[in-house]
Amino acid sequence: MKIAIASGKGGTGKTTVAVNLALALEDVQLFDCDVEEPNCNLFLGFELEPVEEVTCLFPEINPDKCTLCGDCADFCRYNALAALPKKILLFPSLCHGCGGCSFVCPAGAIEEKSRSIGIIEKASSDTPLTFFHGILNIGEAMATLVIRSLQRHIDESRPAIIDSPPGTACPVLAVLGCADYCVLVTESTPFGFHDFLLALEVARALKVPVGVVLNRDGLGDSRVEDFCRAEGIPILLRIPNDRMIARLYSEGIPFVKEMPEWKEKFEEMFETIKALACKSTGVQ
Amino acid sequence: MRQLAIISGKGGCGKTTLTAAFSSLSENTVLADCDVDASDLPLILKPQVLKTEDCLGLELASIDLKLCTGCGICREICRFGAVLENFTINPYSCEGCAVCTVACPENAVSLMPRVSGQVISSITRFGPMAHAKLDTGEEASGKLVNVVRKRALELADRHSCKFILIDGPPGTGCPVIAAITGTDLVLVLSEPTVSGLHDLKRAIELTAHFRIPTVACINKYDINEKKSLEIEAFCREAGIPLLACLPYADITTEAMMEEETVIEYAAHSGDPGAVEFANIIRNLWGEIEMRLSDTS
Repeated sequence: MKIAIASGKGGTGKTTVAVNLALALEDVQLFDCDVEEPNCNLFLGFELEPVEEVTCLFPEINPDKCTLCGDCADFCRYNALAALPKKILLFPSLCHGCGGCSFVCPAGAIEEKSRSIGIIEKASSDTPLTFFHGILNIGEAMATLVIRSLQRHIDESRPAIIDSPPGTACPVLAVLGCADYCVLVTESTPFGFHDFLLALEVARALKVPVGVVLNRDGLGDSRVEDFCRAEGIPILLRIPNDRMIARLYSEGIPFVKEMPEWKEKFEEMFETIKALACKSTGVQ
Repeated sequence: MRQLAIISGKGGCGKTTLTAAFSSLSENTVLADCDVDASDLPLILKPQVLKTEDCLGLELASIDLKLCTGCGICREICRFGAVLENFTINPYSCEGCAVCTVACPENAVSLMPRVSGQVISSITRFGPMAHAKLDTGEEASGKLVNVVRKRALELADRHSCKFILIDGPPGTGCPVIAAITGTDLVLVLSEPTVSGLHDLKRAIELTAHFRIPTVACINKYDINEKKSLEIEAFCREAGIPLLACLPYADITTEAMMEEETVIEYAAHSGDPGAVEFANIIRNLWGEIEMRLSDTS
């Protein structure tokens, strides 16, 4: 079973929920799929080892064979190639690596080379938790490729908790698209509620069942709660707007470690999720 | 025309709250909400819509099953895994590259236009604004950011504005790159937490990569003063001017609940803490305005 921890708005507490949930349970896997800002290990402090380099193909044009016909530049949907009078110019950061240019080149002048756009790392084997994360190289745009590579390391036979990136665009789709259950972390403020609705729309479009964690409970008003009650969306957990929790977060300490009463609450939440995911998708 | 982008790497640091506050202080400014995934600036600025237009994203492949012989060449050649077992296209995977259209021996695949969202030109109580709504589950948010910025430039021209204020998305990937490219100054907002510092470093690496002048600001500096000192030391070493440290203040939430900027809220709340907070932001904006004018 794969549980995605998501939210439309950033900074609502996805990483907090993912890390504390994973630490409260036994024999689970944690995947940090926020490859633009992978923060889980700041709280875990595991020693990491590289597993895989994520690469993307890009064209290299052989000037001896190139006839400057410009078919490649005409074909490229991403404007990554421009045909100049004496040269074909490549803009690597725009290239999606589709391979179209080399496919259409009538002179066979294009060879595809690979470049690194990110890396997958995992926690060394003596840690209490199976943990993987991915890092998108600075200046690279295609987070989705790193996320897809990372997801290939999920062991389907064991529960996996997946920390999702914020937003509602392609990186989030890549995560929610493979999830059996989605936990939306939000706070009951105008921004929190608005972005929660956007994320909910995505989860519903992908037909993933949803539950809510209300973070900084006590802040704002009751709009999220009222909405959830009306729509029949379960509120799985409330994390209060508590100075102690905020302070532990700022230091990089998962609060289940310092406040053991929370271990049970996260365990309970996990049992609820299992039951709900099983009910709606039949996944064990 | 001078453009400022406010980013943070980490979400929830207060980008939108700060952008909204700046909007009520600045004159001759166009706002551009480039967090098209989760556009929150309109919740405070209540824009009156002038024009809404569909923005076309990447195209979508479509297989004519009457012509398809099931040879599977398209599935083999697709790098995005978008061709499903039954020769339909998974719209969430297809990036519209068109390779399948040329590879298909039966000419059974064509590309269809696809709307990725709406771009909106508006007017607010603080001036013109460009923003967008990404359609549910659509890709290409970077492309949408580019269109928002184009509209902001047009609005700036039409209204003879001298600044564009960009509320950026979180992260370091495609939409962030689109939001900061070609700007004159980037303000990176951080918070004194392990994540805040980590994400600040990546955001600064990004602006260095694109060679954009960068300044920083710490929000809620007093929730962990030790971490704030670490951030300060990091900025000093990286040569990034740290322009302000904002305290943790309930008025940011209170103002948001009232759908006001913190500047507006401070003006009528009479709360001395709120007034002081507003003054720090006022000074910060003054500093930024000077630097923006300097870059000309």
